[in-house]
Amino acid sequence: MQALNKKALRDLWNMRTQVLAVIAVMSCGIGVFCMSASTHFSLESTRDSYYREFRFADVFARLKRAPESLADRLRELPGVQSMSTRVIASARLQVSDMLEPAQALFISLPPEQEIALNGVCLRRGRWPSYDQEDEIVVSETFANAHHLTIGDDLLAILHGRQRTMRIVGFALAPEFIYEIQPGGIFPDNRAFGVIWMNRKFLSAAVDMVGAFNDVAFQKSLSIQNERLITEIDEILKAYGGQGAITRKDQFSHRFISNELDEIRRMGLMIPAIFLSAAAFLMNMILSRLIAAQRVQIAALMAFGYSRWSLAKHYFLFAMIIAVASTSIGLPLGAAMGTGITAMYSRFFHFPSYGFSMPSYVVVLATAIACLAGLAGVWTSVRAATRLRPAEAMRPESPVVYRSFGIEGVIRWISRSVTLLMIFRHLVRRPWRALQSVFGISLAVAVLIVGAFMQDAIYSLFDVMFRQAQRFDLQLVFIEPQSKDILTSLRAIDSITACEGFRAVPIRISQGTSHRLISLMGVDGEPQLSRLIDHKERTHDAPIEGLLLSNKLAKLLRVRPGEPIFIEVLEGQRPAFEMSVASTIDDFAGMVAYCDQSVLARLLDQSQQVSGAYLRVDPDRLEEIFSRLKTYPQVAEVLVARSMRESFQKTLLENIRILRSINLLFSCIIAIGVVYSTARISMNERSRELATLRVLGFSQKEVVSILFGEVTMLTFVALPLGWLFGTGLAFIIVSSIDQELFRIPLVIRLHTYIFAASVVLLTTYLSLIMIRREVAKLSLVEVLKSAE
Amino acid sequence: MRSDPGVPVFSASKLTKVYHIGEVDVFALRGVSLDLYAGEFVVLLGPSGSGKSTLLNILGGLDVPTEGTVQYAGTDLTKASEEQLTRFRRDNVGFVFQFYNLIPSLTAQENVQLVTDIVPKAMPAEEALRLVGMADRLHHFPSQLSGGEQQRVAIARAICKNPAVLLCDEPTGALDVRTGITVLEAIQQINRQLGTLTVVITHNAVIAKMADRIISLKDGRVIQEEANSHRVTPSELDW
Repeated sequence: MQALNKKALRDLWNMRTQVLAVIAVMSCGIGVFCMSASTHFSLESTRDSYYREFRFADVFARLKRAPESLADRLRELPGVQSMSTRVIASARLQVSDMLEPAQALFISLPPEQEIALNGVCLRRGRWPSYDQEDEIVVSETFANAHHLTIGDDLLAILHGRQRTMRIVGFALAPEFIYEIQPGGIFPDNRAFGVIWMNRKFLSAAVDMVGAFNDVAFQKSLSIQNERLITEIDEILKAYGGQGAITRKDQFSHRFISNELDEIRRMGLMIPAIFLSAAAFLMNMILSRLIAAQRVQIAALMAFGYSRWSLAKHYFLFAMIIAVASTSIGLPLGAAMGTGITAMYSRFFHFPSYGFSMPSYVVVLATAIACLAGLAGVWTSVRAATRLRPAEAMRPESPVVYRSFGIEGVIRWISRSVTLLMIFRHLVRRPWRALQSVFGISLAVAVLIVGAFMQDAIYSLFDVMFRQAQRFDLQLVFIEPQSKDILTSLRAIDSITACEGFRAVPIRISQGTSHRLISLMGVDGEPQLSRLIDHKERTHDAPIEGLLLSNKLAKLLRVRPGEPIFIEVLEGQRPAFEMSVASTIDDFAGMVAYCDQSVLARLLDQSQQVSGAYLRVDPDRLEEIFSRLKTYPQVAEVLVARSMRESFQKTLLENIRILRSINLLFSCIIAIGVVYSTARISMNERSRELATLRVLGFSQKEVVSILFGEVTMLTFVALPLGWLFGTGLAFIIVSSIDQELFRIPLVIRLHTYIFAASVVLLTTYLSLIMIRREVAKLSLVEVLKSAE
Repeated sequence: MRSDPGVPVFSASKLTKVYHIGEVDVFALRGVSLDLYAGEFVVLLGPSGSGKSTLLNILGGLDVPTEGTVQYAGTDLTKASEEQLTRFRRDNVGFVFQFYNLIPSLTAQENVQLVTDIVPKAMPAEEALRLVGMADRLHHFPSQLSGGEQQRVAIARAICKNPAVLLCDEPTGALDVRTGITVLEAIQQINRQLGTLTVVITHNAVIAKMADRIISLKDGRVIQEEANSHRVTPSELDW
């Protein structure tokens, strides 16, 4: 080994604690990068091959009912490569381990030997026989949630009729990777499941023989989505078509895409924070080393070493640190990726889904680490190689300090001159002090990013479940019902309150932009499902005109007072113009609200209801559920409590996991930055500190000078970190698919305090580490030499 | 000028100091015994490597001997803990070093204040600086002072607490003759005026002429100890 390389290794060894701090910070960055990039790759490639293998469709359309003969017309549309029709129906299930009914979506299986779009992946058991009427295949997710086994019977209320079905197999499907109740936001695998049944028997059960109500298309690349959709909608208009959608709007697909985007963002943002912290730590350490090795550098130059070989020597430091960090970061990333994959597999259901790290991620991670390393040492290496040997042989010119005007304040705070020492030392190298402040503030920001989601979600939870949704049960009817049904429900004495709602599928458009949404008819001042915005203000349905989700108004570029075009997608399909009365900052989905009587007038109907919200006596739930069985009109019974529980169980638990990971990471950044800052300060001032010891300062008093310096930096860094954290939180919140959710930017005071406390605590820990170094200061040696 | 020649301030007995450097044992002191009395001006003379700095460091509580004992006013420094040694330095010892060791970020006055902050009965920083003739340079930073001026600030910092002993390690080593003399004058003035036991290390035999007693060291041993009955003033020195 060349002598210069040996020197590099020994120099590294001599500053091993600081080098370890840099490696720790950099490894975290590389780890998160590898985790995100690989998880993104694994999830996307698994999804895409699943889509391919099971022929996931490009365009989807629901309709009320069309004769099978219409299929040929649809198939012949230009740009359609293949097409499949299906029958779909909602049902209530009676599951033995649940008091309330579960909801099921029944989907028809194609006749034998027909290869249809939106295939189903049989996981266990077998397909239903073609001559057995009540055999079903149940989604594996639902089956697992209820510990169902093959051969079990399920009691279903399908199209108002109760029937017993036998489970013969478990399956998964690409359209239900994210298996969620229509209209839901988060999965509740106990409350909702998908059930596949032979088309012949399902058609018969729901009165759809010779007909279909769901159609899927695979299209050629040559045709534009918009054109195909227009043509499909035109044909299905007469059959109660509810508007065709592309994959982009397919619910499960949309959630996965949203998640993939989030992984990508995290994979850029978090590593950027860590790697910049690592780069600046490296800069700090190396510039200190080079300053201390001035004379050595000069001697090497005098021996005839070129500037380039010296540059290489110091770049070697960066490379060694980068390679060490990569070799820790890769397995760390793999471990975290495996963990995240396990977490995802609770939400996303694939036939097989494992974590794999593609080789390009390894190459990229190494390259990024090296780049961050080079960026870190660049300025100091440049400074080193620019020295002229004769100049470098001379000691550095003496350090010049000045007094500052604001020192009066410091003298006022403390009469002791040690505070002045700290202050002057910091302002003499403002750039370095700023770097440290920046580094510590990054730690604060990472903590806020990790913790704010909990605040935001809790706030969302509170407004959504405690203030807005004040019902216990939500009923959805198969068909709109006359308001008489509400009177009948109110007569049940365990139901304490009952309010109807009307939901009509519409296409709402303004100019060229349009959306398929529900128009909700609301009764005056609803009490059970209130319209509450982010600021917890209650809104009433307008007497005239529409109340729009703010996000929807923005997408359609309409403002209150302006007209908007509405096309109803059911019944007589009337189309009309309405004016926007006001907007509401709500949380999820996109909805338009209007007064129920206005809606009835526009639809040219007597007042009808699509469903009802119920408040019930909690002790008499069993009785209520059995009474509801006598209402064949009821397609779905949603239980607010179970929605809340699944929300808490899944979402909040994941947030807690992420929070602890971020906690660990930010401690690493904080310790890395604080320790390095204090350590370098100690090295630079070893002579000063030893002098103080000689003058009679105790170890504790000397450490308190370093402590004061770092604490001062930390206190400047805290507000900056709060600001950074809030900024990052804002970026995260606004990058979530706003058409699905709108997470409010809520950061509670205790989150800011938490972030500050953790960083202050790690500052203290780092100083305990420094204390040992101070104890080792040789009083005798340091006084011998000239400065 | 011995105020009480009977009771030594320091009493060192059979001091041995061995440094383990790699696999070699280096003997810095080999059984040095001496007594130092209040108010004395003592010069420790010897070539480099003779052990004089090691001896001074042990007397000042910066180092401990491998063998032997040092009594300071009846207390055995060799048995003192780190905290007790810190206390000892803080309360009783003033140090002056060859390279001044001023804190560059503090002005002359603030450098002295460093000590007056932690020692209860110290004289005001301004007074200490006046004693060494630096009253007009209170607000100058070390980088704005000459070497001699910096050393005088260092002396002011050492004596502001009225120490029992002033230990000076080559105080003129980094200075030219003329400046060196002003520094020595300051040291002598302190010794005379405050009656502080003063120990000065030097390899410059000329300086020894101003001492009450000259102790010569070589290879870690005291080779000669002589009283000087003809003390001269620093201005009479030349080297």
